[in-house]
Amino acid sequence: MKKYALTKLIGMFFTINCVAFLVFLSFAVIPGDPALAKLGAQATPERLAAMRAQMGLDRPFWERFFSWLLCAIRGDFGTSYSYGTSVSAIIAEKLPVTLLLTGMSFIIMVTCSIPISIYTAKHEGGRIDRIILIVNQVIMAVPPFFAGILITYLFGLILHWFQPGAYVSFGQDPLKCLVYLLFPAVAIALPKTAMTVKLLRSSLLDEAKKDYVRTAYSKGNRTNGVLYRHVLKNAIIPVITFLGMTLTDMIAGSVIMEQVFSVPGIGRILISSISSRDYPVVEAVIVLMTFIVVTVNLLCDVICRIVDPRIRREV
Amino acid sequence: MKKRNYNLLLGGAITGIMMLLTLMGFFYTPFDPEKMDAANKLSGISLTHIMGCDNFGRDIFSRVLKGCGTTFTVACGTVLIGTVFGTLIGAFTGYFGGIVDEVLMRIMDALFAFPSLLLALVFVSLFGSGKYHVIIALGIAFVPSFSRIVRGEYMRCRDLDYVKSARLSGASHLRIMFVHILPNIFTVLLSSIMIGFNNAVLAEAGLTYLGIGVKPPDASLGEMLSSAQTYLFSAPWYALCTGGTMILMILGFSLMSEGLKKNGGGRYAS
Repeated sequence: MKKYALTKLIGMFFTINCVAFLVFLSFAVIPGDPALAKLGAQATPERLAAMRAQMGLDRPFWERFFSWLLCAIRGDFGTSYSYGTSVSAIIAEKLPVTLLLTGMSFIIMVTCSIPISIYTAKHEGGRIDRIILIVNQVIMAVPPFFAGILITYLFGLILHWFQPGAYVSFGQDPLKCLVYLLFPAVAIALPKTAMTVKLLRSSLLDEAKKDYVRTAYSKGNRTNGVLYRHVLKNAIIPVITFLGMTLTDMIAGSVIMEQVFSVPGIGRILISSISSRDYPVVEAVIVLMTFIVVTVNLLCDVICRIVDPRIRREV
Repeated sequence: MKKRNYNLLLGGAITGIMMLLTLMGFFYTPFDPEKMDAANKLSGISLTHIMGCDNFGRDIFSRVLKGCGTTFTVACGTVLIGTVFGTLIGAFTGYFGGIVDEVLMRIMDALFAFPSLLLALVFVSLFGSGKYHVIIALGIAFVPSFSRIVRGEYMRCRDLDYVKSARLSGASHLRIMFVHILPNIFTVLLSSIMIGFNNAVLAEAGLTYLGIGVKPPDASLGEMLSSAQTYLFSAPWYALCTGGTMILMILGFSLMSEGLKKNGGGRYAS
């Protein structure tokens, strides 16, 4: 177990550093001078040089990278070109919103998909099962941001359950904030729920055909007992890995959903920084997202090993 | 009696119709998709404009046809890049195994763990937006998933009897890989190509919606949806028709891939 944890942690560290290096390198080599972008085309050469020195752009690449990396480890990502404030402060302000949104949609997804897939697997081939399968197929074909637009139209403009574009921050009014975030959260969760139902249903049905299930029945267990105590435990293992991937996908998906519902989260900052060429912010957001993705993957791995002793023994 | 494969039939029908419309859009549209007409600004659905008009009075149906073409080109290009490189990498790593396989797959794992939309975002922010940049960015982002599927199939096939007998009769590795094994994993590849196509359509629409994908002179479904959102209250049909087209496009392919899996499943199950 110790060896496993060590290799995983080293791998994690390596991946994050690789991404950080690649991102830094790519922003260093692409054409376009951030100092010029900040001062405008009329800037005199002297002022440009002064600005470059101030932004630290006149130093050699390696020096810049390592000083940036050392600062980044301590949580200091430098100063934003366009906002003029520290990048960490901007992220600290926006990250909770994105995490709240992602967390909400993840909870919605898990609480909806598990009961639905158990129900459909139990009543395989029934009328409701078939209807849910068809609905599933259609939902999976809806682009996430179109789902967002439809929800805005239906609940925002026709039913007036919330006012599109009028986001209330959590500090101002926690309840209103949660109600507002509920709609983008549902829009993110919808297609993911459909995918999870499809996967968990087929995983349950596969498990139910195995010998140990027949044995469990022949020992006199009732349907529900077998389902929850035996089948579900085994069927959930491939789903855990899938859920981990979905969680990271949701963080990426929230970039779009924040745009649709104008939620001021990390995704909106990423998009606006990309278009204004505010590289320190882009670098910081990407490194942060990599960190989250890698951590989530590690967590899934660990959970899988806890749930399934067989994986533990293999390594 | 063999049960009819409704998934494949329905999916094929939807895709067929969509393909015909897309093809038609390349050569003929009922109105000029770029022609503005102030009199028809945001006019509703009528017999002349079957999907109504947008905020510049342009015919939405014509623009949807053109947009399907753009989306289709981007998706095809993306899938082509993803499949070609993914198949090459997957074939070599899966067939030979060993240290190269280990190293390449660790890199692919790292890439795979990263959401493809985010990856494409970074690429586009580096190289600039526009149709061809989006194709390259998404194509690269799609390589890991294809190579992973293909690698698995090659690992499954490399010690099967027909491969062994081909090897005994003196066929070279390259010949075994691409003449003997490739046709046998074609069904699996085809169904993942279709899923990849859908993901490409979704990703392109998402990127364009964010304003960093296909640029305005090319009409694209994502770009239309993002401008339709502004007029959601005054012209809901704009968003509904555009989004509906996109749903049909994706639904067709996902049904077909389902159907193919069912067909192929019978053969591989034993």
